[in-house]
Amino acid sequence: MNVIVCVKLVLISTESLKLTEAGNIVEKGMSYDINEWDGYALEEAILIKEKYGGSVTAITIGPERSDKMLRGCLAKGADKAIRFWEPFIAGADSKILARTLCEIIRKMKYDLIMFGTQASDDGRAQLGPMVAQMLGIPHATMITRLELINDIAKARRELEDGIEEIVEVALPAAFAVQTGINRTRYAPLKGIMQAMKQTIPILSLSDIETCECSSLQGIPHVKLEKLYIPETDRNAHILEGTVAESTDKLVAVLTDKGLL
Amino acid sequence: MIFVIVEHRSNKLRDITFQMLAKARALANKTKSELVTVVLEDTSQSFEHILSSYADKTLLIKDKYMGNYNSEIYQEIISRLISRYKPLLTLIGHTSYGIDLASSLAVEQDLPIVSDCIDIDLKDQGIHATRQIYGGKVNSLVTIEHEHCIATVRPNVFKAGEKAELSGSIIDHSVSIEKTTLRKRFIKLVTSPTGNLDITQADKIVSIGRGVKKKEDIKIIEDMAESMGAILACSRAIVDKGWLPVERQVGSSGRTVNAKLYLAIGISGASQHLAGMSSCETIIAVNEDPYAPILSIAHYAIIDDLYNVVPLLKDKLCSKRR
Repeated sequence: MNVIVCVKLVLISTESLKLTEAGNIVEKGMSYDINEWDGYALEEAILIKEKYGGSVTAITIGPERSDKMLRGCLAKGADKAIRFWEPFIAGADSKILARTLCEIIRKMKYDLIMFGTQASDDGRAQLGPMVAQMLGIPHATMITRLELINDIAKARRELEDGIEEIVEVALPAAFAVQTGINRTRYAPLKGIMQAMKQTIPILSLSDIETCECSSLQGIPHVKLEKLYIPETDRNAHILEGTVAESTDKLVAVLTDKGLL
Repeated sequence: MIFVIVEHRSNKLRDITFQMLAKARALANKTKSELVTVVLEDTSQSFEHILSSYADKTLLIKDKYMGNYNSEIYQEIISRLISRYKPLLTLIGHTSYGIDLASSLAVEQDLPIVSDCIDIDLKDQGIHATRQIYGGKVNSLVTIEHEHCIATVRPNVFKAGEKAELSGSIIDHSVSIEKTTLRKRFIKLVTSPTGNLDITQADKIVSIGRGVKKKEDIKIIEDMAESMGAILACSRAIVDKGWLPVERQVGSSGRTVNAKLYLAIGISGASQHLAGMSSCETIIAVNEDPYAPILSIAHYAIIDDLYNVVPLLKDKLCSKRR
């Protein structure tokens, strides 16, 4: 099975974010990592390779800082990593990103294309189905389990309220996975050493441009007007004070309400 | 014309359908356009009779394979209907079903799409939509300058309206699908097992989230829960790591709980989590982020590192118990 996995580097925001005066997110001092969902997609791709043989190729669209993430993918078991970048991509909508991925993937041999269902930054949940449609292959999203039986994938999709559905999808196909589908591994030292030596091809528009993607640089359909920090209608009564005081207050609240 | 793609499961219209109908009605009134529902159902179902009291028109596609939401079948049918009726806006739920359908449909129809909207407005120059990014820490306002587009709608944001008393027309667009050409087949629904534990029955819940750094740290919180007679539950992040089983997960993909006490420790409160616990009687949050979304629905909160709070709180609760 030849598996392609599409990954993305995202800004990690464990705490609240700030905006610059121009209305952009303040990235200084923040860290970046592989999108959580994509980490599970990578693991699933590697598990498929380990079980059925074949290869894993990781693809990202991103600036130079994404190379560290790609080396991480190689260290864990991807055979090859490719990065595409053009400055205009920074403001691209999902369709432009999907078209770019499609043009890269079109020239490759693949049985499965793995995605994360969504990214933790933009949360759009669009790329997997878009790329699949552009390539003319079927897809399924929200995958929590994937089994391959010859050229059919038996997939579990997470629905709501603890319900799942089982679907069968003919390969080649694209799958967008949910977090928790597997247990992601740590990169072994040997893999890290090997990954350091590998070259990561950097593609640009001239490498992929075909007649179909002359529109890649067009004005995005979906235009970002502005970002803003939502007002938190903080209704909670804050139990103030030192930790000794605040926990005393909490115990008092619980006692008052007869919850102890 | 505004399309609403109807969602149903296990012979019941889903809440998101009514939420989309309410939003679509407001937008239809504003733009003086028709509200049109599109429903695919199997031969034993008759959702059109409910929908026709909400919508000006209901496009009905009835066939034996349409009882379940197979996005491949939905896309084929809805694509044809969009080509034919050219709706201004097509609303689809940002649900497991809608996520599987909307984006590939947008590519096939070459329509712009904006997903997971928490607000939508139609203006002369197309659609204005509000989305959350970074898990709700930042909002983004986006516009699409196009006559036609697709938007997916976050569940539980728009309030379902009162039942309307229209008697909209029902137009039959039934076609039969050649099952042999399908590349994706629905096999069955499965319910994840609850095991021996049913957190939905708990009176008191202590729930943990991403703020808990190591699996070993759960023990002290579990002890604390036990000392106050509460059951330990968690957010999705904890289940994904394999630290607690899925039957303890609270949220839209886990269980919905309705306890007297919900003590959320290190849970920032993504919308999917809030959907599963917001109706608890007393909600208390322990979180170091003063802007965590959970503070919008919590009744009380301690803004501090859980690793400072928990040991002390546990001791106080234990001594109280004695």
